[in-house]
Amino acid sequence: MRLKKTNWRQQRTNGEIVFDWFNMILMTAICFVTLYPIWYIIVNSLNEGADAMLGGIFWWPRKFTFDNYKAVFQNSGVLQAFGVTILRTLVGVITNVFFTAMVAYPLSKSYLVGRKFYMAMGTITMFFSGGLIPTFLLYKNINLLNSFWVYIIPSLFNFFNLIIFVNFFREIPSALEESASIDGATDWKIFIRIILPLSKPVLATIALFTGVYHWNDYFAGVIFVNDPDLQPIQTFLYRIVAESGSTQMMATAGNITRSTTSLSIKLATMVVTTLPIVCVYPFLQKYFVKGMMVGAVKE
Amino acid sequence: MMQLANQEIAFFKKNKESKFQKILSQKYLQLMVLPGIIWMIIFNYIPMTGIIIAFKNFKITKPISAAPWVGLEHFRELFNDPNFGSIMINTLGISLLKLIIGFPLPILFAILLNEVRKAKFKKAVQTISYLPHFISWVVLGGLLITWLSETGMINEVLVSLGIIKHPIAFLADPKYFWGLTVISDTWKELGWSAIIYLAAISGIDQQMYEAATVDGANKFQKIINITLPAIKGTIAIMFILAVANMLSSNFDQIFILKNVLNASSSEVIDTYVYQMGMRSGRYSYATAVGLFKSIIAMILLVTANFTTKKLQGRSLF
Repeated sequence: MRLKKTNWRQQRTNGEIVFDWFNMILMTAICFVTLYPIWYIIVNSLNEGADAMLGGIFWWPRKFTFDNYKAVFQNSGVLQAFGVTILRTLVGVITNVFFTAMVAYPLSKSYLVGRKFYMAMGTITMFFSGGLIPTFLLYKNINLLNSFWVYIIPSLFNFFNLIIFVNFFREIPSALEESASIDGATDWKIFIRIILPLSKPVLATIALFTGVYHWNDYFAGVIFVNDPDLQPIQTFLYRIVAESGSTQMMATAGNITRSTTSLSIKLATMVVTTLPIVCVYPFLQKYFVKGMMVGAVKE
Repeated sequence: MMQLANQEIAFFKKNKESKFQKILSQKYLQLMVLPGIIWMIIFNYIPMTGIIIAFKNFKITKPISAAPWVGLEHFRELFNDPNFGSIMINTLGISLLKLIIGFPLPILFAILLNEVRKAKFKKAVQTISYLPHFISWVVLGGLLITWLSETGMINEVLVSLGIIKHPIAFLADPKYFWGLTVISDTWKELGWSAIIYLAAISGIDQQMYEAATVDGANKFQKIINITLPAIKGTIAIMFILAVANMLSSNFDQIFILKNVLNASSSEVIDTYVYQMGMRSGRYSYATAVGLFKSIIAMILLVTANFTTKKLQGRSLF
């Protein structure tokens, strides 16, 4: 009896034990439901296409083959689209992160003249927008349509990311900046030499958010670009999925074999499209969790 | 009197001068903000002024200024549009269902995940739960289209289990569409939406739980009396944001899953704007439809903000 009392931390009631088990099972079920669709795509993309049509492949490939992936990588359209995606992601991430951080740094200073006005101007953009058609007309007027830059310039800046930056910069001890400015460094030099190197966590967070946007965006390619050589991989995939053009894709690939079907190639393309981002995000997890937190809660 | 006025002018002058000097002393900072302001003017504010074409008869071949004014003509047309009723019902219905189901579930998930005792297991579940957020709607939509087809996996399983006799073409039947969008959206964003609540929960002082345990509180009581009150403010803010974005959160998903056969329950305002503007070239009408949506969204935002302010004392503005 006495033992029970002193050990209250370790003691769990029957109800709690049941709850813990129930919780573990529920969490495992959620993980299964989350992972299985992805597993299904992978397994079926590694199976011979004609054989997969018969169905019943749930856990493991029945007739293992890499042919679907070969077909994907031999398709010049896919490679071109991948090139566009990689290029826009690289250029987009670097320019967006640098540009947004640069604008955010002065806004983290409470003594900046006009700060309130600038912030109000940005906050309004979070809730109002001109909408699709006026945006389309603007891009048309400034010759952004059918240009690679339509992917980069309109997403150069993001006010939500700016808030995350501002909140992070505020936490940096001002003593560092003060001593640098006594030594005669300008604000620009302080930003480049002191602030940016200290901001790796937030830079990684914003880089991930922006990178995911660029990698996964298909709509800009659908609506602002006609040139097939300029469409990113998601737009390419969208056309296959929504306009069922994978037979066309296979025809242009010129390597229709017995083992590949339009569906199996579609699945392989999905895997190749998704894999890079899925491999990157777990390593940045601790950063973006923090970034989401400062962005949404402190606003 | 005169002196006072002079003094006032002198003070005003000095103040103005010092402000100018202040700006001069922070010229690098001002120069760093400037490109952002210019960007916002071009890419956010100029399109906002473009909304005036909703009140004009704009043709793509002529500039906006040359287009004749038509007043509320396009809005009148919208209310008489035979599609208007079903589009409104779909937009509000899908959004509301997502709010009712998709908003509380991440909170519940965060609370339950926080109760997991094994740290490694907890971490693994967390990482896995974020994964679908990083998958694009194109890929997920493509997968759903494949799975839900008559020869797809869902039908295969349902038929083999004897739940249904004949395969159902789910995406060809309007009556399944709302449910499918809500389920797939929840699947995709459950873990990601829980991040903020998990972060808020991890900020709660552990001593409160220990004190409650000493007092004999069970797990359920601790969740109700400690965890929930502590994250109440976060929930309120997230709720306002969710309501504000309610009408525009659907687009990518519905744009991909929509087809001719299910259009009667899948056409929402955003897809209709695309259809009218980009496909049919009716720019003015499409802008009017989009503006109508913005007005409803605005009313929703203000209402949600007001309500949470009254109930919780928390608000965005």
